[in-house]
Amino acid sequence: MINHDLVIVGGGPAGLAAAIGAYESGIKDILIIEREEHLGGILNQCIHNGFGLHTFKEELTGPEYASRYINKVLEYKIPYKLNTTVIDLNGDKVITALNESDGLLLIQAKAIVLACGCRERPRGAINIAGSRCSGIYSAGTAQKLVNIDGLKVGKEVVILGSGDIGLIMARRMTFEGAKVKAVVELMSYSSGLNRNIVQCLNDFDIPLYFSHTVIEIKGKDRLEKVKIAKVDEHLNPILDTAFEIECDTLLLSVGLLPENELARNYDVNLSKTTNGAIVNENMMTSKEGIFECGNVLHVHDLVDYVSEESYLAGKMAAKYLNGELNLKSKVLTVNPTNGIRYTVPQLINIDDNYSPIQFKMRVSNVFKNVEIRLLVDDEVIFKKYKQIVTPGEMETLNIKEDLVKKIKQGSKIEITLFRRS
Amino acid sequence: MNYDIIIIGAGIVGCSIARELSSYNGSVVVLEKENDVSVGTTKANSGIAHAGFDAKVGTLKAKFNVLGNKMMPSLSNDLDFPFKQNGAIVLGFEEESLEILKDLLNRGIVSGVERLKIISKDEILKLEPNVNPNVKYGLLAPTSGIVSPYEMAIAYVENASSNGVRFDFNSEVIRIERDKNEYVVTTASNKTYVGKVIINCAGVYSDKIHSLASNKKSPFTVISRKGEYCLLDKMYGDMASHTLFQTPSKLGKGVLVTPTTHGNLLVGPNAQDEVDNANVDTTIEGLKEIWDKASLTMPNLPKRGVITQFAGLRSHLKESDDFIIGFDNELIGFYDVAGIESPGLTAAPAIAKHVSKEVATYLNLGINLHFNPIRKAIPQISALPNEVREKLIKENPLYGHIICRCEVVSEGEIVEAIHRVPGAKDLDGIKRRTRAGMGRCQMGFCTPKIMEILARELHEDIDEITKNGHHSYMVEKR
Repeated sequence: MINHDLVIVGGGPAGLAAAIGAYESGIKDILIIEREEHLGGILNQCIHNGFGLHTFKEELTGPEYASRYINKVLEYKIPYKLNTTVIDLNGDKVITALNESDGLLLIQAKAIVLACGCRERPRGAINIAGSRCSGIYSAGTAQKLVNIDGLKVGKEVVILGSGDIGLIMARRMTFEGAKVKAVVELMSYSSGLNRNIVQCLNDFDIPLYFSHTVIEIKGKDRLEKVKIAKVDEHLNPILDTAFEIECDTLLLSVGLLPENELARNYDVNLSKTTNGAIVNENMMTSKEGIFECGNVLHVHDLVDYVSEESYLAGKMAAKYLNGELNLKSKVLTVNPTNGIRYTVPQLINIDDNYSPIQFKMRVSNVFKNVEIRLLVDDEVIFKKYKQIVTPGEMETLNIKEDLVKKIKQGSKIEITLFRRS
Repeated sequence: MNYDIIIIGAGIVGCSIARELSSYNGSVVVLEKENDVSVGTTKANSGIAHAGFDAKVGTLKAKFNVLGNKMMPSLSNDLDFPFKQNGAIVLGFEEESLEILKDLLNRGIVSGVERLKIISKDEILKLEPNVNPNVKYGLLAPTSGIVSPYEMAIAYVENASSNGVRFDFNSEVIRIERDKNEYVVTTASNKTYVGKVIINCAGVYSDKIHSLASNKKSPFTVISRKGEYCLLDKMYGDMASHTLFQTPSKLGKGVLVTPTTHGNLLVGPNAQDEVDNANVDTTIEGLKEIWDKASLTMPNLPKRGVITQFAGLRSHLKESDDFIIGFDNELIGFYDVAGIESPGLTAAPAIAKHVSKEVATYLNLGINLHFNPIRKAIPQISALPNEVREKLIKENPLYGHIICRCEVVSEGEIVEAIHRVPGAKDLDGIKRRTRAGMGRCQMGFCTPKIMEILARELHEDIDEITKNGHHSYMVEKR
């Protein structure tokens, strides 16, 4: 058994920022555990630009963005282990991990930050009938094969889902010489960033079918064609609208799911909406000393927000280790209502040390001309006007210290959408 | 090449017979048209070791089912494949169900099924709290079990192989001729095999193989009867502990809800006759049908828990409701094992004992004194205690490199799966042998890594790697 003050599970953008946050708050005995052969996580395969606009006011590629944080970790000499997979978390913060050189590692941690990211929903999860032929990839898998392994996944492509990865891959596959015949989106709107629709589809005349889905996959050995149909208002396919597109590749960009196996097995309370842990404003989960941040907590659309949130998680883990977190304070629940699907944090602690709180949230549908409001005991204490909100773009509310002070023991806290007529 | 016995088909029937024959002194070759074992009916079924109350009394199905079920515990021990005696309950949702359940009970008792018992609603809900509270009666069968069908076949084959049986893949039989006292079998790649006995284990193709030998219409006709399934995440595996059947009613046979040996939850199958023997596509209607029917058993089945769907074909006989097992009356030395639909998987071990004994007697084969009945599975890092993990990684560091995060499968396991005889040749082969890719991300993360390992270990170019043989290439030619 080896001991560390802080163990960070995951060396992607979340884990790196958490490590830096903890280090800069005075914690030196840190270990980052990364299952892949490089630090940087999924950013390594995101070779397109557009990262870091928010944080660095620059347009970086994924690897460039990652390297800013990796360099910091190297500069601080924060230890990390690569090709190492955490397979269990049990007892009182005991981590079991495996790798080739150490074999079996048992690590006793005083605090843990879970920063293990998310995974893509597979075909099976969206119940598409038909053949189980080759040529069906989740978009991120195809991205890895193309960008990291230098392979061509196919010639004629249909993409299901207009999330950012789907859009980015439409452009990437086009650059690789493939013909992207259609991007198909179940909803009547895209969950991707607007700039990606313009730069990845419109610029290349790739048709985008809203309110359509793939209902059947055909092909003997390799994919031969997909059947596409329009969906009704309940998202059920209207079978007599079905048409076929010949293609050898189907990429799926149908949602990301936080990978919370470790937390779940450790009985951390998880949210059914985000599939991540339920945390307070310190990013601490229901288990004392276990923190969560990044895409394992809830799926973000910008890595800048991941870094920001994770830096905070690292800082709070440091505070916890230094005994500076008040663990006995009263916990209040933040209620998302009227079009707000969830908020992170879901809980807030009320103690004497008031500090600003950032609430992140997603809405459940497209709404125009709205105010996002924070209500404490039915009184609006903060509001933010938005011309349009969509489920694809995360919203934030930054609540300053003096307003946070209005939250008292027993207060009712609500974040809601108010529609201006 | 000359052999005593040529087995056609490497499904569970061919594999189990091959292994049992390897306990005799005779030369055996198995010809399989696909590139791996257990890729037809064997890989896609319910994976149930049925107790044996369902088949009609006096049939071969009843006889071999009960015998096979009794062999399962020691066999799974010898061959080290996943099996669990979890028990089954046939659920009745109507007053009339009781009569049907009593019939099944009596049938079972006469066929030799032990410990069958009719249980009440309260008893059912105590055993299975997630079952629909509208349930009225149940038939409890404690001897029913669950088994991983493809791992069982792979275990049989590895053991048969180590005991001297030869397996030739990509060997579709296209011609069978009689020359003096022997059969000459020609494959699509123009290889010939000479054998004294042919055992026809060709599943949905067994009628075609029979008529290749007889040069006339086969006395039996196989109808490919498709069954579709949904598999749920391991998170929901404990929603049922028993295998839950529905009482056959005017609405049909119903579908089952069962845990699998690996802790997933499985629902299905329906039954749809297919014209195309190779069509295992799932259908929109079929997936809806099984889900709706399964919801009767368990109203709270979580649709978001589904991780994959699949379909398999049962080889149902048009002329008979029973198995056909035996030497043909006209073709000398031609042995049919046909119509092995449910409970075929359970029956296979008993069928194999029976067939090998008959064939060995026919050929006057002696006992193979070197026969070793024991086969060990590939060690699973996920299932081992820490001390063993440590030792294993020290001996072979690749066991410390996790490739499939969902099922916690190491590179060591994957490499061993490739080099076993017969080994994995493609992504699906790896999946069946190690579970890499069977988990909740369905090979999202591990696909590129497994492609690389396959290419490296098989000395192939990465663009030659397939999902499941033929032209199921993963990437474009470079």
